[in-house]
Amino acid sequence: MSERILSVLVEDKPGVLARVSSTISRRGFNINSLSVGPTHIEGRSKMTIVTELDAVEQVKKQLNKLVNVIKIVELDPEMTIETEVLLLKVSINKDSQTSVIEKASLSGANSVDVGQDYAVFELTGSSKELNKFEDLMKPFGIIEMVRGGRIAIQTNL
Amino acid sequence: MNKEQLTGAELVIRGLEYLNVSTVFGVPGGAILPAYDPLYDSPIRHILARHEQGAGHMAEGYAQSTGELGVVIATSGPGATNLITPLANALMDSTPLLAITGQVASEAIGNDAFQEAYTVGLSMAATKHNYLITDASEIPQVLKEAKYIATSGRPGPVLIDIPKDILNQKSDWVEPGPLDLPGYKPTLEPNPKMIQQAANLIKNSNKPILYVGGGIIHSKANQELFDLATKFNIPVVTTLMGRGAFPDGHDLCLEMPGMHGNYTATTSIQKSDLLIAIGVRFDDRVTANPSFFAQNAKVIHADIDPAEIGKVREAQVPIVGDAKSVMLGLINALGDTKLNTENWINELNSMKNEFPLSYNQNENGPLKVPFVLEELQNLTGEEAIVVSGVGQHQMWISQHWNFTKPNTWLNSGGLGTMGYSLPAAIGAKTAYPEKLVLALDGDGCFQMTCQELITASTENIPVKIVVFNNGNHGMVRQWQKIFYNSKFSASELGHVVPDYVKLAESMGAVGLRMTKKSEVKNVFLEMLKINDKPVLIDCVVDPEDMVFPMVPAGGSNDQIILNEEDLKNL
Repeated sequence: MSERILSVLVEDKPGVLARVSSTISRRGFNINSLSVGPTHIEGRSKMTIVTELDAVEQVKKQLNKLVNVIKIVELDPEMTIETEVLLLKVSINKDSQTSVIEKASLSGANSVDVGQDYAVFELTGSSKELNKFEDLMKPFGIIEMVRGGRIAIQTNL
Repeated sequence: MNKEQLTGAELVIRGLEYLNVSTVFGVPGGAILPAYDPLYDSPIRHILARHEQGAGHMAEGYAQSTGELGVVIATSGPGATNLITPLANALMDSTPLLAITGQVASEAIGNDAFQEAYTVGLSMAATKHNYLITDASEIPQVLKEAKYIATSGRPGPVLIDIPKDILNQKSDWVEPGPLDLPGYKPTLEPNPKMIQQAANLIKNSNKPILYVGGGIIHSKANQELFDLATKFNIPVVTTLMGRGAFPDGHDLCLEMPGMHGNYTATTSIQKSDLLIAIGVRFDDRVTANPSFFAQNAKVIHADIDPAEIGKVREAQVPIVGDAKSVMLGLINALGDTKLNTENWINELNSMKNEFPLSYNQNENGPLKVPFVLEELQNLTGEEAIVVSGVGQHQMWISQHWNFTKPNTWLNSGGLGTMGYSLPAAIGAKTAYPEKLVLALDGDGCFQMTCQELITASTENIPVKIVVFNNGNHGMVRQWQKIFYNSKFSASELGHVVPDYVKLAESMGAVGLRMTKKSEVKNVFLEMLKINDKPVLIDCVVDPEDMVFPMVPAGGSNDQIILNEEDLKNL
């Protein structure tokens, strides 16, 4: 299904994330990803919400009703730069070690911690690239994986 | 700037006075106690309800009858949770409400303290907006903001939760400044391009219908609606929340459409080529299955809430704006246009004649609610404020009562809250002591909030209550009869207990009873003579009676069940 990315500027006040997520779940919208963080403007946070094309109009309108939501921009898919961060801890042993490190480095992942029997990699990229990296690591035994949620920005803004 | 040190509690009361609040409804308790101390010395009238739900509905009745802010005060924990139903009710029916709740002391929050509930979280989905106060100095500005949010745009409930230590904290009284709400800017003025497009559609329509609702009443736009309809000869259907926005009895008035709407109103939409929908939300009780709703009609949808437009039905012309401005714009854009709607109106008139609402009151048979209603209206005219509960009686009132003015019909339309009638009537009577306020309630509904009759007596609020006593949850029974093979599971209340006359007397009201046709008029006359006390009539009615017409939930508005005979073809 076709996705749409919303860039949502909100007031940095207690409970804003709860209001947004409560509205989303109450209305039964499908959300593929939600991330939130500060902006360069004092007192303003930015949420990046990834939803489906068929829900996007109502998601925008319902979120716009929240008093603490200042502005919602639906990003143009043609002009959007999107990225996501991943941390992945994978098992290693004498036999697999070389292969794991080689595959990780070819994928552009940085090794951030290596122990006797494990390694932790960090990778930043599109969701597709992150999925692909996960698939590559699976055969070696993923111990833990964390993804940071998708963030996006429009190129000409 | 005028500065003096006040406690948070004093700031709350001073703030309410500053906002011209004259009446509040509430129940005190531990966490809110500091606010009740300065309230005692304030000119603001406080009505002590017997339950916070009752207090909330009273504030709603006050707001819905006046079109102004209703205010309710409750304590933390159970006080606040008891308010959730009226808040959700006010959100659904767009009623401007301000709820002030006490909270446990700041340092106790999150520790499961005595009477602690997460009020902001619990009420988040039941309010338009809510606040937790963290410093007493915020109070005046937040009160001003809250009133503005509650009463502007699409009105709704706003809650302010205040911890007890903040109520005791000293701070300066600083007059509230300009509002700073970067994320809240309701659009009132419609886009002229959209108005022009709408006018073009109207000019080319042969079968237009003005489909209007609560938005007209909130916008105080009944005169503009009247002008638009009568100047261009456009028939009007008024939804359950819009009853009274256009006068019943007028040639162009088709009254209520939908699940229990009359045949002509419902069918007019089905046959229409253009729906001019203003201040309505295409509720499922109006549309039935939306795929079969008004299939031949183009749609102009004007609403102050952009989220309503396109939510259920795509609009060819979407207009965001206040109903009054929208209709003034349309009247202006249509100018001297003459619409050729004569054939359409004739068609609808013959429909009205062929399919009138009817009931059958036997001389010696059990009382039928529509008959009782007509008798009561004959004696009281069109001035009364009528407040109903939810269910069969509510539908019968909407069908058979003649509403000619806005804000004279109060009911729980969206949430369908049983127990709304009596407390909401008390709220309306508080706002309009000189007006006749009728709580026309079902017995099932009445039993949910009947303790508020004590409030009416002790606070000297002489509402008049008619309890339609059919000994059943009547609408539930009706559905069980139709859809569950008459298996009357848990719908029977019994006619005998309580004895409503004695109940009324024990609560300081006058109790009367009517059981047959010959008694109706005299009992009502007796009721109307008593103006120094609440009066309650136990009106014993036929439990077998059903509300028709009816379109089953999820059905098509082209298939209207007109009477019991039609049920056989289901």
